[in-house]
Amino acid sequence: MIIGILGLQGAYWKHRKILDLLKVNSEIVKYSGQIDFCNGLIIPGGESTTMLKLIDESGMREKLKQFPGPIFGTCAGAILLSEESEDHKVKTLGRIPVKIERNAYGRQVESFTQKVVLSFDKNPFPGVFIRAPKISCYKKGIEILGKLNGEAVIVKYKNNLLTTFHPELTEDTRIHEYFLNNLF
Amino acid sequence: MDKGSFEVKVGLAEMLKGGVIMDVTTSEQAKIAEEAGAVAVMALERIPADIRAHGGIARMSNPKVIKEIQNIVSIPVMAKCRIGHFAEAQILEALKVDFIDESEVLTPADEENHIWKYDFKVPFVCGCLDLGEALRRIGEGAALIRTKGEAGSGNIVEAVRHMRRVQSEIKKLSIMSNDELMAEAKRLGAPFEIVQKVSKTGKLPVPNFAAGGVATPADASLMMQLGAESVFVGSGIFKSDDPAPRARAIVLATTYYDNPLKLSEISAGLKDAMKGLDIAEIPEKERLANRGW
Repeated sequence: MIIGILGLQGAYWKHRKILDLLKVNSEIVKYSGQIDFCNGLIIPGGESTTMLKLIDESGMREKLKQFPGPIFGTCAGAILLSEESEDHKVKTLGRIPVKIERNAYGRQVESFTQKVVLSFDKNPFPGVFIRAPKISCYKKGIEILGKLNGEAVIVKYKNNLLTTFHPELTEDTRIHEYFLNNLF
Repeated sequence: MDKGSFEVKVGLAEMLKGGVIMDVTTSEQAKIAEEAGAVAVMALERIPADIRAHGGIARMSNPKVIKEIQNIVSIPVMAKCRIGHFAEAQILEALKVDFIDESEVLTPADEENHIWKYDFKVPFVCGCLDLGEALRRIGEGAALIRTKGEAGSGNIVEAVRHMRRVQSEIKKLSIMSNDELMAEAKRLGAPFEIVQKVSKTGKLPVPNFAAGGVATPADASLMMQLGAESVFVGSGIFKSDDPAPRARAIVLATTYYDNPLKLSEISAGLKDAMKGLDIAEIPEKERLANRGW
């Protein structure tokens, strides 16, 4: 099995490091043709406006929309997977029926770490929230896997997983393991 | 809830990797930068080439300029303060800029001390000429390191020199045995614990970007191949004859830095890059890279 990590911009090496720890093969994806050889995909954190620009330049948009395998998006990756961004200049991929607000907690000085309670594990997860987005609205069929102060921060929809925080910035592999074990 | 920890500061630097941070002086330029795919903008009153030409004391930008730029873009906004000028940094933090560049491009306010960056919730980026300088700044709490290069010169030679020096000093550290590290820390003038860490991991504990002289897509590719994880472009974009296409081309070149064929397509059709300066033409005392230590 090969997991493609979208490597147009952002913290893609951090995801690779976690997959290496889990002994899962991965490939950094910069060209649309590479997507065909991947069983699953990860869209990392970074700047969503930059990534979308590069997705369109590289002709990946339709492939990512139609990709039959599981996709896991963190932070900017979550914005990309959402159906709609509150910020209309961001044209998302629409794989998960949620509406998302960019930089919803404020600028960098408001970035924080806080424990996230998970539905699938009794130990909380160390959530790193960097200029993080918020899910402002979601439709039926969304499964909430974790909340922070009552708000969903990790959700599953069909074979898509979304976190508004950065599990790749920790050494904790549980969310990547959940993705690999439950979405394939 | 823990805000302003070193972890969240470095976290933002991680998110900027593989991207281009562009100097802008107006909200129109900021818009062009964002539309070209910049991961962040550096809000300035004057770009380095103009600071150089203008002379006099270069200070923190007027908060009005910074606010206008913050209002127009959704990507992170950085701003510069003078070396050691913690009051300017406090003002920038109050403005909620996303990153502060304690920069040699501005006239230093303190010739001995840099800012104690742990006092701030906002992350700092600092320039370096060599590994010792990088580790001193990290010791003071910098969450991101960049080469100094020679800002406003349009000449990549100094950025290459600084990046190569840092990389070769890291390589040297990584093959040293424990009993050699204290002497090396002394030689570098760097905190011992961080020297030990770099020796063990073979890399800086924070991301390492390139700055100072990037003017073309090929320059961006060169710096990425030499080990930079992102690129700052100062005067190179808005001092060229074609800012918008050049900005876009440098963004693409930073992503596809290892694909010469793609780089040839990206670079084709661009107009003239900024004219630039031979470093030998810049008198020693006017070289910005010599500021700070």
